[in-house]
Amino acid sequence: MVRVLIPSGALGLNYDKVALQRGIDAKPDIIAIDGGSTDSGPSYLGRGVSKYARSSTKLEWAGLMAARAQADCPLVIGTSGTCGSDSAVDWMLDITREIAHEQGIPIKIAVLRSQQDNATMVEAYGAGQITPLAGAPEITGETLSSCSNIVALAGAEQIAEALATDADVIIAGRTTDTAIIAALPLIEGLHAGAAWHGAKIGECGALCATNPQSGVVMMEFDAEGFTVTPLADGAHATPHTVSAHMLYENSDPFILYEPGGHLDVTAAQYEALDDTSVRVTGSKWVPSDRYTVKLEGARPAGFQTVLMALLRDARYVENAGTWAADIAEKCSAKACDRLGLAPEDFRIELRLIGHSASFGALEPRPGTPTEIGVIGIVTAATDALSQEIGKLLNPYLLHHPLTSQEEQPTFAFLFSPAEMPRGQVYEFALNHVLTLEDPMQAFSLEVIET
Amino acid sequence: MKPLGSLVQKLRSKNAGPFWLTIDIFCGSPEAYETVVELLDTAAVATALGAKSQDLKRFDIPSLNVIKISLPRPTIQGAADDRDMHGASWAALLAELPV
Repeated sequence: MVRVLIPSGALGLNYDKVALQRGIDAKPDIIAIDGGSTDSGPSYLGRGVSKYARSSTKLEWAGLMAARAQADCPLVIGTSGTCGSDSAVDWMLDITREIAHEQGIPIKIAVLRSQQDNATMVEAYGAGQITPLAGAPEITGETLSSCSNIVALAGAEQIAEALATDADVIIAGRTTDTAIIAALPLIEGLHAGAAWHGAKIGECGALCATNPQSGVVMMEFDAEGFTVTPLADGAHATPHTVSAHMLYENSDPFILYEPGGHLDVTAAQYEALDDTSVRVTGSKWVPSDRYTVKLEGARPAGFQTVLMALLRDARYVENAGTWAADIAEKCSAKACDRLGLAPEDFRIELRLIGHSASFGALEPRPGTPTEIGVIGIVTAATDALSQEIGKLLNPYLLHHPLTSQEEQPTFAFLFSPAEMPRGQVYEFALNHVLTLEDPMQAFSLEVIET
Repeated sequence: MKPLGSLVQKLRSKNAGPFWLTIDIFCGSPEAYETVVELLDTAAVATALGAKSQDLKRFDIPSLNVIKISLPRPTIQGAADDRDMHGASWAALLAELPV
């Protein structure tokens, strides 16, 4: 039997302290928490920074480090600092050292790094070791060179290597959400299908239960299956809440691909043990014939400046689409003329908030709302150019008339200056896997004593 | 014809990684599930989502009274032309789809 205590779906989302203490009292074999995701977009990986505030991360991590000392078991975080780049791992390591010093508890830290060297990736691509997944963008070697950060998603094998160092705390770069939970049950030779399935069910904390915001769950793994128990007051797992969690953020509700194989839960059985715990059996692990890890890469995609105006005049609200298209056309022509640019050197877009901003042309109900927010988005190769074009766009958003014969209108602005530079923006560039001869080939492990 | 959202308990949408969107239709009862499975035309779903039918993955899951639709993201998450970083609003297109 292996008990994995999961305090929350992610470090930075807070956890229930009373429920966490219940978990400690139940003597977990490991405490595992996820530190990130791609869900908030490419900028975090592009810049190699965390989404969550350092203050929140430090406070919550200090609570978990104290819990670890009390439980006398390892504490592992996957995908440190939202994106798992080396800079995000260093950020997390810095916080960890600071807390260890403040708590006065010397600890052994294992640091598992997932960042990839761009030149090595270009070589691997040339050698046919990087292959696309469904829906992958077209890439060349240049794509890999241009990424500001590339990470590989570690699986259970690499976490197992880190656990083998007997570290108290493991700070991992990018991992799959499930790897940090599945690793110990797999090391102990327990049911592989249950290890991965339980890891998927537990990776978002109590999201697999009622009272999903409470965070803390205990996963118990054995030779035949696993049991999930949410630990907060008022949190109950039912066969429905547990089985429904396979749907979450997953394009296929029955199959989950991981490094080294895939999980198949088609035949899984969910049984209520009481009104809180659910036992699951019948999940299947299917090993693959080659060992691959998924790659994530983000690259710079220009600089942006945004402006915002409000349309309230009923006639302008009614004709907002025509008005916005006219501005985009006229301002683009002016930018080409004044700045000697070609149309492909920049992009001006007006999105009509409250009208069709969510779906654009796909919006089935554009209608005529009371007011419309207009956000002007300028993207160009440099910060200076995006701001310069933003200044060309400003007068249109302030005064552009629907027809040349009418009195000059004026529209509401929220801010002065109207142009808001967003700095460099990024885009995801890879949906590919890297084939490895050995699971540790793309990863490195370092042990630090504080 | 009624909007799909009026026949079911809840619809939600989310990213499934930066390259896929997934929409879960929680019917709420076996009766609602049976009705919706019969009425929901995959081609009409594809049209509402601006996707090709052959690119959609549809899972009818009677044990949960859920229908799940997954599709490649029409714009890569967070790209310059993306409008919905978390894929949060896509469920609304299906909730308002007349069936």
